[in-house]
Amino acid sequence: MEELDIYNELVMEHALNSRNKKELEHFDSCELGHNPNCGDEIKIELKLSEDKKRIEEMSFTGHGCAVSQASASIMIDTLRGKTLEEAKEIILIYLKMIRREEITKEEEVKLQDAVAFKNISNMPARVKCALLAWHTLESMIK
Amino acid sequence: MNREDFPLISNSDIAYLDNAATSQKPKCVIDAVNDYYNNINANPHRGTYKLSEEATKKLTEARENVRRFINARMSNEIIFTKNATEAFNLIAYSYGLENVNEGDEIVLSIMEHHSNLVPWQMVSSAKNAKLKYLYVDDNYEIFESELSKITDKTKIVAITYVSNVTGVVNDVRKIVKLAHEKGAIVVLDATQAVAHVKIDQQKIDADFVVFSGHKMYAPMGVGVLYGKEKLLENMNPFIYGGDMIEYVYEENATFAALPERFEAGTQNVGAIVGLSKAIDYLEKIGFDNIEKYENELLEYTKQELKKLDFVETYYPSNDNHYGIISFNVKGVHAHDASSILNSYDVCVRSGNHCAQPFLRKLGLESTVRMSISFYNTKEDIDKMVVALKKVNDIFGKYVR
Repeated sequence: MEELDIYNELVMEHALNSRNKKELEHFDSCELGHNPNCGDEIKIELKLSEDKKRIEEMSFTGHGCAVSQASASIMIDTLRGKTLEEAKEIILIYLKMIRREEITKEEEVKLQDAVAFKNISNMPARVKCALLAWHTLESMIK
Repeated sequence: MNREDFPLISNSDIAYLDNAATSQKPKCVIDAVNDYYNNINANPHRGTYKLSEEATKKLTEARENVRRFINARMSNEIIFTKNATEAFNLIAYSYGLENVNEGDEIVLSIMEHHSNLVPWQMVSSAKNAKLKYLYVDDNYEIFESELSKITDKTKIVAITYVSNVTGVVNDVRKIVKLAHEKGAIVVLDATQAVAHVKIDQQKIDADFVVFSGHKMYAPMGVGVLYGKEKLLENMNPFIYGGDMIEYVYEENATFAALPERFEAGTQNVGAIVGLSKAIDYLEKIGFDNIEKYENELLEYTKQELKKLDFVETYYPSNDNHYGIISFNVKGVHAHDASSILNSYDVCVRSGNHCAQPFLRKLGLESTVRMSISFYNTKEDIDKMVVALKKVNDIFGKYVR
């Protein structure tokens, strides 16, 4: 029942009771991510600092499975307050982890709670769910 | 019944409940394909040697077997394709683009699978023709009054025999009759029906009938297009190349007669041989027995699901229903439910089932879909029910 491990308390709280699931009053950009296979749809809103170099706030709305909802919410917690350069680096680390590539202890620390999705690579059908929000943000800040 | 005929599940605890996506294959079909490659394989129609003649014979026999299976008039009305999707595209390109003109209408049901929907969007957009949808009532059946959308302007009616989302059976004979009165032709998607009910083409009288082999216990890689001879005769080829020609000159070519005109290139003879064997296998069990067993199992499933107050189902309240139940665990995304079911060795589908317009119309983002075959048992259903309770437990803890 290793597959059930993904439905742990951290993931479930973020999936069902996330405080990051809301609309921002003011934001700099907003993008829709869509996974046509399962119909998941996530909208990310991004508010930058005044110098436009730092993520001041983010939120998500939309619908999807627990994995896609929780990975969006945890991504927001992980990246809030980071500079765009730091955020890009962390996104790359996350993608590496999901692709099952080696990541260092130091890199793992940077992911914070997003490490919870480490074993998603054992569930190929769910990888896309864990990537949806991250890919969406990646295209917003590249 | 007959579970022992299926090597993949006969000695396994897997509850394979995704038969609407593809069925498992009986040993006799696997053996027939093996026998073809072990003892017969050669390119049909081409060689003058014994093996090639043997392969040609297998292909010809299979075509005749399919004709008999769906009670078509002539075997040259049976075209082998790669799958059902290719067959719909063949009709859309070779018939649709030639016969639909600006201002004409194409009528299709809202419950069509994308494969019998997106090709018609292509025709509609290329020819500036209008798409009209037949919508369903609260019982997931097409409204009687919706049929008035079929008018003198209608050139094509595209309709599925059985919905791959709700399992609803459409009154195709009535729709065909009405369409013919208005001068339209009917493209019937029999993909979800063909493994469950006897298809009698001459009774149904649809102009084109399409189904795939792999949902009726045959290998993947072969689909069937039935078309009325008088329509096929007047259609241009869809795919051009070898084996579909008569004479080829530097500038142009003339084309072979039916059915080869629509079968360019080397066919998947191994899969076609498997399809022919699957037909024999189905007929040996008998559609009366299949329908009786599957209906009983479906009824059992409905009763068991009714006991779960956390499950919401989407199927008709009458018996106008084959083999498929879509549902959701309340508050749980279908993808999560099917993922948890998977950890209990229960195989079901989740998502939009290649029917996005239909799910949108029903106000659903996704559903879990279980679909049965005669080889499923009450134990399979019980396993699914146990796993569904677990889904509810896991999510229930966190709902605030």
